[in-house]
Amino acid sequence: MIRDYFRVLRVDLATGRGRIEEIDGRDTQAGGSGLAALLFDRMGFPDRGWEDPAQPLILAIGPLTGYFPLMSKVVCAFKSPYHDQYAESHAGGRAALSLRFADLDALVITGKTRRPSCLVVGSRTLEVQDVPYLWGKSVQRTGRVLRNMFVGSGHRSILRIGPAGENRSALACINVDSYRHFGRLGGGAAMGAKNLKAIVILGDASFELPPGKAYAPLFEKIYGQLTATTMMDKYHNLGTAANVAVLNRIQALPCRNLQRTSETDIVGITGETFADRTLLRNTACAGCPVGCIHLGFLREKFKEPNQYLYRQVTYDHEPIFALGAMLSVLDPFQVLTLLETAEKAGLDVMSAGVALAWATEASDKGLISAKETLVPLKFGDAGAYVQAVTHLGLGANDFYRLLGRGTMKAAEHYGGSDFACVLGQEMAGYATGEVFFVSQALGFRHSHLDAGGYAYDQKQKGKEAAAAVDFLVQDEKARVLLTSMVACLFAREVYKEDLLAECLKAVGYGNLAETLDDVARRVQEMRWRIRLKTGFVPESVSIPNRFKQVVTWQGPVDAEYMESLQQAYSQRIREMGKPNV
Amino acid sequence: MVMKILSTPRMERCIGCHSCSLACARLVYQQLSWDKAGIRIRSTGGLSTGFEAQPCLACDPAPCALACPTGAFGQRRGGGVVVKRKLCIRCGACAAACPVDAIYLDPAGEPFVCIQCGRCVEFCPHDCLEMVEPPAATTGDASLPEARP
Ligand code: SF4
Ligand code: SF4
Ligand code: SF4
Repeated sequence: MIRDYFRVLRVDLATGRGRIEEIDGRDTQAGGSGLAALLFDRMGFPDRGWEDPAQPLILAIGPLTGYFPLMSKVVCAFKSPYHDQYAESHAGGRAALSLRFADLDALVITGKTRRPSCLVVGSRTLEVQDVPYLWGKSVQRTGRVLRNMFVGSGHRSILRIGPAGENRSALACINVDSYRHFGRLGGGAAMGAKNLKAIVILGDASFELPPGKAYAPLFEKIYGQLTATTMMDKYHNLGTAANVAVLNRIQALPCRNLQRTSETDIVGITGETFADRTLLRNTACAGCPVGCIHLGFLREKFKEPNQYLYRQVTYDHEPIFALGAMLSVLDPFQVLTLLETAEKAGLDVMSAGVALAWATEASDKGLISAKETLVPLKFGDAGAYVQAVTHLGLGANDFYRLLGRGTMKAAEHYGGSDFACVLGQEMAGYATGEVFFVSQALGFRHSHLDAGGYAYDQKQKGKEAAAAVDFLVQDEKARVLLTSMVACLFAREVYKEDLLAECLKAVGYGNLAETLDDVARRVQEMRWRIRLKTGFVPESVSIPNRFKQVVTWQGPVDAEYMESLQQAYSQRIREMGKPNV
Repeated sequence: MVMKILSTPRMERCIGCHSCSLACARLVYQQLSWDKAGIRIRSTGGLSTGFEAQPCLACDPAPCALACPTGAFGQRRGGGVVVKRKLCIRCGACAAACPVDAIYLDPAGEPFVCIQCGRCVEFCPHDCLEMVEPPAATTGDASLPEARP
């Protein structure tokens, strides 16, 4: 619905009641990242810990959600169980359109229920149901039960956590509609801390189209651009998994806990191999014709002689890097088995893989033993990793509970910080060089998607820290605009600022369309301001030694350059996030 | 001229993008909606694990049109219905009569159904949908009695 304010449902889990609030700021915040920051600024408590029931869990969509193709993402914001600072995580599935059709620009959840519960919202629904019988259940099982409990198949979204979230692991994700995730920075634990096992969003309202003749033809034009050109081919064809071979070839794929950057036997886990041997089908987020979600097929013999079962597991570059390359597990079916196990537990697969890669090297070096890991860990031993992933999800002992708070926490205790592959959080699957490492280590979400540092590295622009940091700040700003709409970042080549302005005008946000540059800057600054206020100290982020030993196609990483990048970027973050006077 | 009808011959390819139903809502009904459309997509879950459409079968004769007491739903040549919205009294008889739940009644009871226009077809990125010639009408053998319990 087009309106010049935000319509926000605020639910207090303690009472099971909610209130619709009309909040100004459409023309200054847009929505998504901007709206989430505004809501956290008003309703969050920077000085209190993430587990405080009063902390809000925020889901926000943008002014273009559902109106144009690939405007299909939701921003989830919360005080992070990982670093106890303000955080964002993004996901698709059907969550964005479900919020749109529930007629909510944002859902804010505060408080904590007495018993494990499920929140159900829709355009005519608000319920908090006790679901103690779902506590302890896997993500998949929980999904199956909930699908049968509520109406609206296909026109709703089901968000849920697994045991990892219930155990408040900082590596716990929120699963969205089985195949997408609010993966990073511990969103699953933020839900767990509220005793909230699941959120069901019913997309059951309809709206008149915006008046005027501009909208439908513009939709068609963009739809045509996104589908007729080859632009989206890479996402649909092999998907992001295509990167595995590409990065391996240029020696930029983190392998074996980043002991190296390419693997001779990589062919077992390339996107091509996954497609040839495991790909069952593609699926899409609602409102996206690209269909980048790749579902692999996992067949398991559960009994001799010929008793099989099968499962579908989603894969992408990042999961393959984390539970494949980083662990030297180079068989696609073994990788899928590990992914499935992590999904069940409700763990973020990237963080889990990188954490176990560290644990394996720490075992090799004798810093920990099977006393800690319960099962001896060895690079390439997929069977052991299946058990270890389960232990990590369940927090099976002190070691796994500590590792579940983040690899660096465990490394600080057991030793081995210099080879913990942590850049703000467990690293993403790019070892492209200095700019990427600093970009992830200091980036707002500690994500490879905050800014294109990995692309900058590959363009070899010399080693001028100021220029690189300029690029990161500019690129972040452009992405903040997209995540305020909320577009899928895969569409970033199509949705440039001019086109976004045209879209906004076509649906009736003329004022907002006029000031996009200001909006982007404002939201970028506001996010940093909140982040700093909740305790972020960019200067003191440590980039472990392992990253300084990396050798890529460009040769060894230049530690001094990295140092100067960190200084320059920290300074820019300070400037962007300076308190309002 | 034979009037074509919408068919869904290749739903195994469906990726669940909802482009078809959103296009119908947008172009036929001037709505932003998952529901107010002639086709709706559901996830099947469970064993078949994919997506299924809930399209109109373009019946001839159409039970929904036969059930409609005001003539708002009339028989369309080639199958399916011709809808005259002004005549609709929101009784819901059409939706109750449809064997495949292809008619969506909004909260006010207004019916939304496929009018066999074909506009959704080009929005499907996987070519799941197609406008086809209708099969020969199955009017039955008039010499036989109606089967009744
Ligand atoms: S709406 Fe239902 S009853 Fe009417 S023509 Fe279509 S399938 Fe047949
Ligand atoms: S054929 Fe026309 S009315 Fe039927 S679903 Fe497609 S767009 Fe809608
Ligand atoms: S447009 Fe095609 S692929 Fe997309 S939901 Fe409709 S039938 Fe499925």
